[in-house]
Amino acid sequence: MTSPLPGRFGHKHLLGIEGLSPDEITLLLNTADACVEQNRRVDKKQSHLRGLTQINLFFEDSTRTRTSFELAGKRLGADVINMSVQHSSIKKGETLLDTAMTLNAMSPDVLVVRHPNSGAVQLLAQKVTGAVINAGDGSHEHPTQALLDALTIRRRKGRLQGLLVAICGDFLHSRVARSNIYLLNAMGARVRLIAPPTLLPREAERLGVEVFHDMRRGLAGCDIVMMLRLQQERMQGAFLPSTREYFHFYGLDAEKLALAHPEAFIMHPGPMNRGVEIDSEVADDIHRSLIAEQVEMGVAVRMACLEILTGRLRNDTGAR
Amino acid sequence: MTGRRTAYTNVRLLDPASGLDARGALLTEGDAIAELGPRLFAGGMPSGIDEVVDGHGLALAPGLIDMHASLREPGFEHQETIATAARAAAAGGVTTIVATPDTDPAIDNVALVEFVARRARETAAVRILPMGCTTTGRDGERMTEMGLMAEAGAVAFTDGDRPVADALVMRRALSYATAFDLLIVQHVEEPSLVRDGAMNEGEVAMRLGLPGMPAAAETIMVERDLRLVALTGGRWHAASLSTAAAIDAVRQAKRSGLSISCGAAPHNFALNDGDVGEYRTFAKVRPPLRGEADRQAVVAGIADGTIDVIASRHAPRDAESKRLPFVQAAFGAVALETMLPLALGLWQAGNVPLLRVLETMTAGPARILKLPQGRLAAGAPADLILVDLEAPWRVDERRLRSKSKNTPYEGRLVQGRVERTVVAGRTVYDRTAEETRHA
Repeated sequence: MTSPLPGRFGHKHLLGIEGLSPDEITLLLNTADACVEQNRRVDKKQSHLRGLTQINLFFEDSTRTRTSFELAGKRLGADVINMSVQHSSIKKGETLLDTAMTLNAMSPDVLVVRHPNSGAVQLLAQKVTGAVINAGDGSHEHPTQALLDALTIRRRKGRLQGLLVAICGDFLHSRVARSNIYLLNAMGARVRLIAPPTLLPREAERLGVEVFHDMRRGLAGCDIVMMLRLQQERMQGAFLPSTREYFHFYGLDAEKLALAHPEAFIMHPGPMNRGVEIDSEVADDIHRSLIAEQVEMGVAVRMACLEILTGRLRNDTGAR
Repeated sequence: MTGRRTAYTNVRLLDPASGLDARGALLTEGDAIAELGPRLFAGGMPSGIDEVVDGHGLALAPGLIDMHASLREPGFEHQETIATAARAAAAGGVTTIVATPDTDPAIDNVALVEFVARRARETAAVRILPMGCTTTGRDGERMTEMGLMAEAGAVAFTDGDRPVADALVMRRALSYATAFDLLIVQHVEEPSLVRDGAMNEGEVAMRLGLPGMPAAAETIMVERDLRLVALTGGRWHAASLSTAAAIDAVRQAKRSGLSISCGAAPHNFALNDGDVGEYRTFAKVRPPLRGEADRQAVVAGIADGTIDVIASRHAPRDAESKRLPFVQAAFGAVALETMLPLALGLWQAGNVPLLRVLETMTAGPARILKLPQGRLAAGAPADLILVDLEAPWRVDERRLRSKSKNTPYEGRLVQGRVERTVVAGRTVYDRTAEETRHA
């Protein structure tokens, strides 16, 4: 592993994976690796971010991502504030930019933002002085999810280069899929997308991936099988005829998994719909499933993002 | 009957209706053109001329007719008024605005047509011709009193940027309109295929994670309407075409002799969907910015005459409705002041002959709407523009006269500048005088 040098990260915000160089991704992953070790100690607390304020601004419900960011900030010693802006404020007529400017006046050093509309986090980032981390914008990007997925894979396989990764499910609406594609492509992995055509337009090939509508063919030989969460409202005849039919053709079970590489790992960004996109038998297989590990890596990756964007890198990062 | 006599000398006369492109002069008397030609005043200036405008070799062309502009009054006066739109039009060389009825209330009855006409008389420096709604309140269901509104001055019927989606309603509107020889203008888009679409469906939308508006939505509506035109014998105009397939469909249908015509918006030949960039909401327009192949098809359609009209689709929107996440932001761009230079860009790039470019904004719409203006001819209305065809200038939103500043061309260098605009013999815009005043 190359030793990361502070200052190599050339962005004020982390808005997406698209546009990051392989070196920048590596810097984030190496820094996160160090955080994993810290998080496994009894005393998990550090103080690099002491005196800094982090606001988690969520315009969309999320328990795990918000908790993960909150924990990351607290372990680094930042003051963390959670704000849930549900529809009430929007109904009161306050726009996204009003909210941004109000919060900006409180001088947060870091704003972690999730919003149901693609591009909303970029828009907000133009109006604030602190660093902005995109915690998911619409169907666009979810960069920390892609980073935690990459960290999970790298720790298990020792590399990303040359791996064959299948991403299965609702690509059309998935920010997780887009960020993962950009990251895996940048790091030299090969990506296959697997989904029915209503959730996976052919033009997705323009992203530099292989498109499969037949899951059995798509899984053949894959090192990693990443499942995406399918929103319930998309299964009632709009994009798919039924949950049952989806599971039959695109749900991951032991039989379909057997077509992948014998040592293939299973991943899922959570929360899972058991029996819809993934069968409990494989989701809970401790030898194959990395789902719990992904959650652990999530905290480490978010700590790394906070350190790098605030310019407060730990001293031991490079030594590892 | 005589009026004020103004001589325009030393000009390049450009008249698409007659094919005239020659050095010469033109004389207006009162609100009409009296004489023109290469040899006018060759024997010296006669007596009794009130004003002589020396054109210094600039182009003199008919004032432009913009067949599709949203003026926002009544109901959205914070975005634009008839008066501010008219000022923008005058600066952009537009002497006749055909106004869409997408106001609040929508222009769907005689009283409202008369209201627009009166506000135009009282406040506007250029001619404003209202279009009436095809359906009441633009609900897509109940036909309006088209005959009575036409008598009151409505020049065509449309539901603005809402297509008449129901085929039976459209059939009946087209059919009924034939009794009075009225024109139905359609925003060609199959709404069920577009739904919450925010930009052209394609690679850019996929990368940005934005819901797409497929090109096929336009083709399907064009092809459906063409069948209904064949069924009814109605007169039909597609407000703006933006896709190769729809332009092809119209090209074919024109050969069969239907009474059809179509327009294109400057943004569909001057920009493509790559200009959305990183969620630029000023590039969120109708029809949406398409892919490069479709953009080129629009240029080709203008060149070969399939597209009859360039119309601005002027759609003023305030900053608040644009400074939002892309899917929430309003559609539309201001366009009155940039239509002419962007259209001239087609000529400068060598894609479309100069007279053909001008025809799409003068004789073209005049023919479809049966208007007397839009040409240089003795007896025609004295609606004129004096244009420096080559002068470069940079689009600067602070200098736009529209009340709203939502231009997707901010900072763009364009060529072709209006020096003077004349409506009914009266100068309503004089660039030199304005700039002296502002200096």
